[in-house]
Amino acid sequence: MTRLSAFFFRRRWLKLTLLLAPPLIWLVGIYLTSLGSLFVQSFWRADELSPNPIHDWNLDNYRQFLSIDPVYRTVVLRTLAFASITTIVDIALAFPLAYYATRVASPRMRRTLLVLVTIPLFSSLIVRLYSMRLILDDGGLLTWSLAKLGIDVRLGFSQPAMAIAFAYIWLPFMILPLVAAFERVPGSLIEASRDLGAKGSLTFRTVILPLVMPGVIAGSIFTFSLTLGDFITPQIVGGDNFQLIGTVVYSNFGIANNAPFAAAFATVPLAIMAVYLLIAKRLGAFEHL
Amino acid sequence: MEQTTTKLGLRVWTALVVLFLYVPLAVIALYAFNRSTTQAWPISQFSTRWFRVAWDDPEVRDAFILSIKAALGAVAVALVLGTATAFAVARFAFFGRDAVSFLVVIPIALPGVITGLALQSSFAISGIDLSLWTIMIGHATFCIVIVYNNVLARLRRMTPSIEDASMDLGASGLQTFLYVLLPELRTVFVAGALLAFALSWDEVIVTLFTAGAQSTVPIWIYASLRSANQLPEVNVVAAATVVISIIPIWLAQRLAGLGPTQRS
Repeated sequence: MTRLSAFFFRRRWLKLTLLLAPPLIWLVGIYLTSLGSLFVQSFWRADELSPNPIHDWNLDNYRQFLSIDPVYRTVVLRTLAFASITTIVDIALAFPLAYYATRVASPRMRRTLLVLVTIPLFSSLIVRLYSMRLILDDGGLLTWSLAKLGIDVRLGFSQPAMAIAFAYIWLPFMILPLVAAFERVPGSLIEASRDLGAKGSLTFRTVILPLVMPGVIAGSIFTFSLTLGDFITPQIVGGDNFQLIGTVVYSNFGIANNAPFAAAFATVPLAIMAVYLLIAKRLGAFEHL
Repeated sequence: MEQTTTKLGLRVWTALVVLFLYVPLAVIALYAFNRSTTQAWPISQFSTRWFRVAWDDPEVRDAFILSIKAALGAVAVALVLGTATAFAVARFAFFGRDAVSFLVVIPIALPGVITGLALQSSFAISGIDLSLWTIMIGHATFCIVIVYNNVLARLRRMTPSIEDASMDLGASGLQTFLYVLLPELRTVFVAGALLAFALSWDEVIVTLFTAGAQSTVPIWIYASLRSANQLPEVNVVAAATVVISIIPIWLAQRLAGLGPTQRS
């Protein structure tokens, strides 16, 4: 046993290889290979008679959504609009909370807030969306409460309902990276800024804001990426009245049995996220994920 | 003076955001006790009759069993692979280390629909039938990062010299792991496992692609939402899954803090 340990101790590269081999086999061998096969499949053609695509290399799937059918452009733009609105609303909701949790609240309160935010993060997406539908439906809690105040609002299966639902389900993904970012701002820097005569708002804009920006970007990776790939929210809260990128991908995969087209269309969010992630990496947001 | 109003404003805002996060969870808990088959507010009569119905439904039971099996499998794989990756990244300097830490994050950074479709298409190409195993593979892939993050954060706070000291004193690698590292890492293993379990337990998008004809609990809910007469049962199952995912998160928090967000 000891001899074996000494053997490994002297050969650190061997230890490293043994550590890295299993995760790399999994992540490269299964995951990256799958992403590759998805890409390959996007150049094939669906077979109306069988679930397996015909291996007939062509660019028709891409041509279909890039130039032929304008519906897909609308879908992409609508999805980007929802992703942007969600990101902005969540930043607005999360920012003061993160500031309060790290700079004002007691350590005990901060811990409590963190647990309170983490619980919805890990709670079922489908349950939270269903609950949103119960609330936003015309016969639901929201309409009822607003009617009590004399306001007549009906949001059932509308785009505003979808926007509210998106902001709700992805909110914890924005709060946690922001809290982490605020925690990294050294208190001494803020004091130094005050000592040098900067007012609260100036300190905020020139000291705190630049330092927590990577956290904002890290959070936005989630809110953006999750919205780009979601097909459940438009279905449950939007009543399938407003298709998003995820809806098109999922319905082509399932109902239309056109996996090659689904694969080709899935490269749209993939490309958007690739650009987004590269920018985020440049800005040093990865340490905050 | 301005300071106190700012503080008050922040406190009120924080309270409202927390309320926004929790009202829907409270609403679902209340609807679970809704006697009526129509889901309207306010709830007029309360009853526990739908708990009985859901409990006796074999479909619901099968879904729970499948979800637990898939989550346990995913957690086991994620523990091994996440820990190995964390050790490699924290204790070794090697070419491509950044790439490895990036690779671990991709499965949760990319939209779920891509991960799901990608896995499904490679299963289809290699002729693998969709089953419990394919669900587990999908879940494990995005759970690795949870364990990885927790273990990495702890390893970075521990000094590597205690491992060297242990080896210098003649302990074998296994002894060092069991007596030096494990006591330090035990809590993050448990916390990582619990969080990974909660993530797998609730996942729906990737699972829709990798489950085939079977239903995990979230998929059963998703499918049942279409028929209005199943909604009372959905309410009960939904409330139950929320409770089941709260327990591991709460435990994980008590044991190890929240990994990346807890820094000393």
